Amino acid sequence: MSDKDTYKGYRGIALEALKKYGIRVWSDARILTDADTFEGIVLPRSETADGDHIVIKMITGYNVGIRADRIRGAEELGYKEAHYKIPEKAFPYDPKKSRVVLFGTGGTIASRLDYRTGAVIPAFTPGELYGSVPELADICNLETDKLFGVFSENMGPQEYMTLATRIGEEIEKGVRGIVVGHGTDTMHHTSAVLSFMVQNSPVPIVMVGSQRSSDRPSSDAALNLIHSVKTAADCDIAEVMVCMFGPTSDDYGLLHRGTRVRKMHSSYRSTFRTLSDVPLAMVNREGFSYLRDDYKKRRNDREVDIKAVFEERVGILYYYPNMQPDMMDMMVEKGYKGIVIAGTGLGHVNKPLYPALKRAREAGVAVYMTVQTLWGYAQMYVYETGREMMGLGVIPLQNMLPEVAYIKLGWALAQSDDLEEVKDIMLTSINGEITTREPYNGYLVFQGGIPEVDEFVSEIRR
Amino acid sequence: MYDFQFKPFEEMTPEDYATVGFKSGLEVHQQLLTTSKLFCRCPAGRYSKEFHAEILRHMRPTLSELGEYDGTALMEFKTKKEIIYRVNKETVCTYEMDDTPPFMMDDEALDIALEISMLSGLTLVDEVHIARKQYLDGSIPTGFQRTAICGINGSVPYGERKVSMIQLGIEEDSCREISDVGHRRIYNTDRLGMPLIELVTGPDMRTPEEVAEVGQILRKMMRTTGRVRRGIGATRADTNVSVTGGTRIEIKGVPKIGMMPLLTYNEAQRQWNLLRLREELKSRGITEETFTYEHADITRILKKTRFTPIADAMKNGQIVAAVKLPGWVDLLRWQTQDNTVFSREIADRVRVIACLTVLPNIIHSDTMGETLSGAEWKGAKKALDCTPDDTIVIVWGSAQDVETAVKEIAIRAKEVTIGIPSETRQALRDGTTGFERILPGPQRMYPDTDLPPIRVEPERLERLRKRMPVQYWDRIRQFTEAGVPKDAIEGLAISPLAPLFEFAVGEMGFSATEAAVMLWRYPRRLRREGITYDEMKLDDVRAILQSVSDGKLTRDGVLNVLRHAARNGFDAAALPSRLKRSELESFIQKAKQQVRYSKLHDEKNIPNLTLDKVMDEVRGRIPGADVAEEVAAHFAKEVQS
Repeated sequence: MSDKDTYKGYRGIALEALKKYGIRVWSDARILTDADTFEGIVLPRSETADGDHIVIKMITGYNVGIRADRIRGAEELGYKEAHYKIPEKAFPYDPKKSRVVLFGTGGTIASRLDYRTGAVIPAFTPGELYGSVPELADICNLETDKLFGVFSENMGPQEYMTLATRIGEEIEKGVRGIVVGHGTDTMHHTSAVLSFMVQNSPVPIVMVGSQRSSDRPSSDAALNLIHSVKTAADCDIAEVMVCMFGPTSDDYGLLHRGTRVRKMHSSYRSTFRTLSDVPLAMVNREGFSYLRDDYKKRRNDREVDIKAVFEERVGILYYYPNMQPDMMDMMVEKGYKGIVIAGTGLGHVNKPLYPALKRAREAGVAVYMTVQTLWGYAQMYVYETGREMMGLGVIPLQNMLPEVAYIKLGWALAQSDDLEEVKDIMLTSINGEITTREPYNGYLVFQGGIPEVDEFVSEIRR
Repeated sequence: MYDFQFKPFEEMTPEDYATVGFKSGLEVHQQLLTTSKLFCRCPAGRYSKEFHAEILRHMRPTLSELGEYDGTALMEFKTKKEIIYRVNKETVCTYEMDDTPPFMMDDEALDIALEISMLSGLTLVDEVHIARKQYLDGSIPTGFQRTAICGINGSVPYGERKVSMIQLGIEEDSCREISDVGHRRIYNTDRLGMPLIELVTGPDMRTPEEVAEVGQILRKMMRTTGRVRRGIGATRADTNVSVTGGTRIEIKGVPKIGMMPLLTYNEAQRQWNLLRLREELKSRGITEETFTYEHADITRILKKTRFTPIADAMKNGQIVAAVKLPGWVDLLRWQTQDNTVFSREIADRVRVIACLTVLPNIIHSDTMGETLSGAEWKGAKKALDCTPDDTIVIVWGSAQDVETAVKEIAIRAKEVTIGIPSETRQALRDGTTGFERILPGPQRMYPDTDLPPIRVEPERLERLRKRMPVQYWDRIRQFTEAGVPKDAIEGLAISPLAPLFEFAVGEMGFSATEAAVMLWRYPRRLRREGITYDEMKLDDVRAILQSVSDGKLTRDGVLNVLRHAARNGFDAAALPSRLKRSELESFIQKAKQQVRYSKLHDEKNIPNLTLDKVMDEVRGRIPGADVAEEVAAHFAKEVQS
């Protein structure tokens, strides 16, 4: 065994002390300090923690840190390496049930603790899933395929393209539904990209994650998994969707259209919301409540259009007051082909940026406008500012969300260099990324404190 | 060995407890007096039953650091409870509801925990690691309690002995249960997240009385810091009890130390009697290896029963099952605790694990009482081919719950042949204990990945060491020697005002009695009026004493000034100036006028009433004795003239 394994994570005087007294990580040790004697199992140390302390797990189950320069002696009493294992059982096969494929990309939907970094790392096999969420076997015959093991912030064009291609292959093989396990941070980017790369799917493509890792009893992972697998197996909606908690309570999940959904809270369970529209359906263990009927319906064929391409030289410019034109110039000079501006209000930036917009147009860069208010339309004809900017070639994207616009522009620019063609792709709504109408209940951010809102919240479990 | 039979509580001697090998230890939980909760910025110590929202959750068992599902975890999952949390927007934020990761541990709380660790003679850890301790009963919405060890291996003097202290942990408090009916449990969340310490003693107590005495010592020791909460629920203790051949059983949340002796007596008795029951079973040839049971659905047999609980169940389409325990006749009536028999052990398990919470939830053939008719009992026994040596237990409910119950009845009966099952037990009002849950093992601990470890810097300890109170038992000795009035010695030694007392006697020149009156009797009087120590700022009290010492205030004015200061703060400069004797005459004249206007029963009372009125005006500005003399002199002159 290498030093790295023997002294996992230790450095500095702590590492020296372990070596000096011949104590290995995972050994059952008795450590004598200038104050007392400590007994317990020496645990690996987080790499981000300091190099001054040794961590032991005492018989009571508690961990404590001992400062290495206080150690006067130590001996190994035994050795017990921990193996973290989810009870793994073969996922039962039932010929009467349909086949659902779960693609793993990483994230916390299925995860375990890494004692070296103290972090939660992905873990994933059908057996493990069955071991921890046996209810899945009541719904379908589940197969899993771990495509990547990355946190969602590390998802990118390569992963998008691989995912879309694999989904296409499974559809052609006749799968009943697809589930994609994904970290939640950028789940809405991936749901958007799949909406464009995988078109006219005959089956549901359901993205799912969890806000509380599955190593905790209160995790939302199990219920989200049950809801998403149920959706893949039985739901009538053949679209790319995000399936996550509706309220913070363990109650129902919401099925959000992949192009209209966004993560809206850094930690809440019910973080995903459909913006400027209403979700497609509610889902629980029993079934679905459809909230609208203008969705694409499940079909029995195996036809699907896969367009797995992406141009990486695209970016979002989040406008703020007093933004200097060189911010945009830099992107143009660095060869960006497309820029999505998240403008203020109805889609505005300040006047000093106009020359930069002009330079971008001259350089052949596609510049599109979205709104940083997230809800509502970019309506640049209303104010003079907007009209002037349109005159400089900025194209408003109506109510397309900024992240969705970024994704779509990357996908469109990979298909054509002709800016007119790109514009055509951008402005033709593929699956709800632009809607012609915003219903009155498409913008409901309740304001707490108002009596009738508080009354509603007290009666309905959120 | 098991010949000994428990005597009534009052008749048990220390020798009797030695015979059964009584051992007990304490886990004292004490809330800390902080501004905020432990892992979020919610205000601490604000309790209310009012709630503004409800949140519904379930708890799923998960995996521990060392790899396997924990026993308790599985039991709780079997129960499939719906957990409802009631949320008050003033006292609870999204952290407690597990919708926001924790904030860094409250520094004030950690300071107090370290200070009490030092008082308990513990070795402090150099780095505090926050762990998650699983609780699947839902009492904490995350499914675990964040907890960390501050110190290990200490001791506290107890008479001529020392009681060992195993460890001190700092942790967040849990929810308060409001109800638990069927598959739904409701919690109030106001107490959730409050900073708490848990001080764990070794199993060093040998009689129930010792348990209470040590409990008192630890409670008082923690109180000397002046930084712990008082009042109902602020101090609670789990009490561990075992007898020879028994198991360490934890009695949870004993709210009053006075209850400990009877509870520990009953728990020791329960274990001892269960071990005697094991011997009885052995003599009947029933052991772990030979134990068997049978069960049958007897819904049809009882179709027409008039026994209301079962008749009602059947009206709701529920089922009835019978479990035969071969050779067990009469043993469900075996006494376990005072006024409690073995069938309670079974009923408790069925209630908690199968969620059959409406009592009675079982009946059995050892105590047929006014339940089923003779014919129905006969039919039930026949269904399982019972002989006169057998006992049957009958249980009813939904098919799923009855299935769980039948298994649980057999499990609990079989456990008797093995020994005392590890479990936590509730303290009941009558001094007996009831089953709460299977005792969780160290497997339910795993590191909290949300928070980094906290270095305990030597400078921090140095600062805390300086503010540490003198141990109250040392103070009692000093105060006794210094001649402090007897009634005040212990109270003053525990009081946060004790250091001020020492200063008042040592530096300000008060006698021990004078200081005891001002710092013990007056605060006690104020407490009866509803003014607590916490409201009296130490600096204010010190300044008030200093004013007396400087001659700006008389001793008999202290009570009034203390009362006023507790509400409004104290400013020495705002004290009215001292009066000379010669200045009293005008006050006496004015008082006499007022007395004259009132209807008097007896003119002889005029001097006394006048004195009272004068004192109301001048208290604190001139010693009362001087006023009395002047008033007396005034009336003496009046008589002469």
